[in-house]
Amino acid sequence: MAIVVNRPKLTTAEKFYLPAIFAGLAITWKHLKRALFNKGIVTMQYPEEKWDANLPAWYRGAPTLVVDENGREKCVSCQLCEFICPPRAITIKPMEIPENDPWRKVEKRPEAFDIDMARCIYCGLCEEVCPEEAIFLRKDYSITGLNRAEMVHDKETLYKLGGVMKGLTFKWNELK
Amino acid sequence: MDTALILHFLTTPLVFLIWTTFLKTFILLNVVLGVVSVTVFAERKVSAFIQDRTGPNRVGIPMTLLGGKKDIPFWGLGQMIADPVKLLTKENFVPAGVNKFFFWLAPKLVLLPPLLVLAVLPFGSSLFGVEMTIANINAGVLFIFAVTSLSVYGITIAGWASNSKFPFIGGIRSSSQMISYELALGLSIIPIFMVCGTLNINEIIDWQIKNGWLVAPYWPHGFSLGQLLHPHDLIHSLVAGVSLERFLLWIPLMISFVIFLVSIFAETNRLPFDLPEAEQELVGGYHTEYSSMNFASFFLGEYAAMFAGSGAIVSIFLGGWSLPIIPDGSQGWFWGLVNIGVWFAKVSVILLFMIWIRWTLPRFRYDQLMKLGWLGFFPIALFNIFLTAVILAVVHH
Ligand code: SF4
Ligand code: SF4
Repeated sequence: MAIVVNRPKLTTAEKFYLPAIFAGLAITWKHLKRALFNKGIVTMQYPEEKWDANLPAWYRGAPTLVVDENGREKCVSCQLCEFICPPRAITIKPMEIPENDPWRKVEKRPEAFDIDMARCIYCGLCEEVCPEEAIFLRKDYSITGLNRAEMVHDKETLYKLGGVMKGLTFKWNELK
Repeated sequence: MDTALILHFLTTPLVFLIWTTFLKTFILLNVVLGVVSVTVFAERKVSAFIQDRTGPNRVGIPMTLLGGKKDIPFWGLGQMIADPVKLLTKENFVPAGVNKFFFWLAPKLVLLPPLLVLAVLPFGSSLFGVEMTIANINAGVLFIFAVTSLSVYGITIAGWASNSKFPFIGGIRSSSQMISYELALGLSIIPIFMVCGTLNINEIIDWQIKNGWLVAPYWPHGFSLGQLLHPHDLIHSLVAGVSLERFLLWIPLMISFVIFLVSIFAETNRLPFDLPEAEQELVGGYHTEYSSMNFASFFLGEYAAMFAGSGAIVSIFLGGWSLPIIPDGSQGWFWGLVNIGVWFAKVSVILLFMIWIRWTLPRFRYDQLMKLGWLGFFPIALFNIFLTAVILAVVHH
């Protein structure tokens, strides 16, 4: 439905702009004066002060790998995340789990797992697609490096960032 | 050659004029560069404060680079050096398809006029008998108008040579903006000539020293420091200052002042009239395609124009380098320096006012500016001339 907005009739004073200009100047002056005495400033001094405590639970930070409560790498090297990743940030090199390993029945795990953080767009598709709930976007956002090589997170870094994620999948646990 | 001979050579009138002029030009050019970076810093700081932010507050003395533990932030004053260094060390990118010659020429054309304006502005009375104006010419005010309107060429050429749509629109806007306010700017000054009877800026200032600033309706006549000791003389000069003529003339002079002030805003492309630049609509307008030192020239030109514009306002309406009671440079070099200080203080106030306005008012719409210029200021300025003439005619009969 069309809404008719009537143009307000301006008084002569309003047509001259000047009263509005002075009112505006008074407002900005008030802010300027207040800020001069260091009051009312809302700037957060970033590296010293952070907003981290207020990040929402669904915040999408850097993708990381997690281990379960038994210390098992949850990733089974299915490479689904590698294929879905839109900017192709993930490179996985799968390996067979050796005979004598207690988790032999899982069969596969990654030998190398690199995420190029210079490419990652924090879309969260890797987390979405993972059938083993092994990759999660955590709350780290300040990923920096002085060259391209430093921007690549290898398996070790990913597990360090990811930590332990308990009680999600139980299918690989011993039957009680 | 012995020193006496050299001294004699340096003090022959023509030689003296030449080397003092070069010295003044050199010093003023350097001061302008300094003033520009201070103004940019002030602009960033004031804008931050007005928007409840902190502004640049970190760049100071980099002690960590020198092996220290902590940097000294120094209220962010290092930003004044960091900004130009950043601009200087960036890549000077010239897009393919631009008209190279004009692309390189345009920034220089923008930078030149404000510097030329500064040549005729008296920034002090005199120092050691040397007049603190680089060129004391009789048509000073006309020179200012002639030169400042040239800066629009730089902007238009930049817009055209960039071979890209946004700069082009910016350039076109600039030229049509100029014809809208330039007439009013020129006409607004005519009442001042009628009142002071001269086009020479130094003489306008002399008139203001004797009769009071043009924006002040009342001025003690012949007021001086010695009178404070003689109450009788003091009262005499206070009473002598009251005249019907000044109060009547105050009306057209204030109108002139407002029109001139607003037109200077348009002249220097400051908000609310920064239509050629218009970051939000035109991605920076005429300088969109520029980078590094070419961009810095535009930047420098804009701020130098602000400085020159403020200087013109101060010299024509606010008494130039004069302050009541304070004697001029003929009373000794100390007072000469004080006069220079007074001029810079007044100019700084106007500069701060310009910054304050910029962070208060939104940009005028394109047609609003044209309407303001053609239907508002132009007729008012014309009418103002007649008003002044009538007042002068009535009072002098
Ligand atoms: S968050 Fe998106 S871009 Fe980043 S690794 Fe996962 S799938 Fe790739
Ligand atoms: S992280 Fe998940 S999706 Fe990616 S390879 Fe491992 S198990 Fe597969």
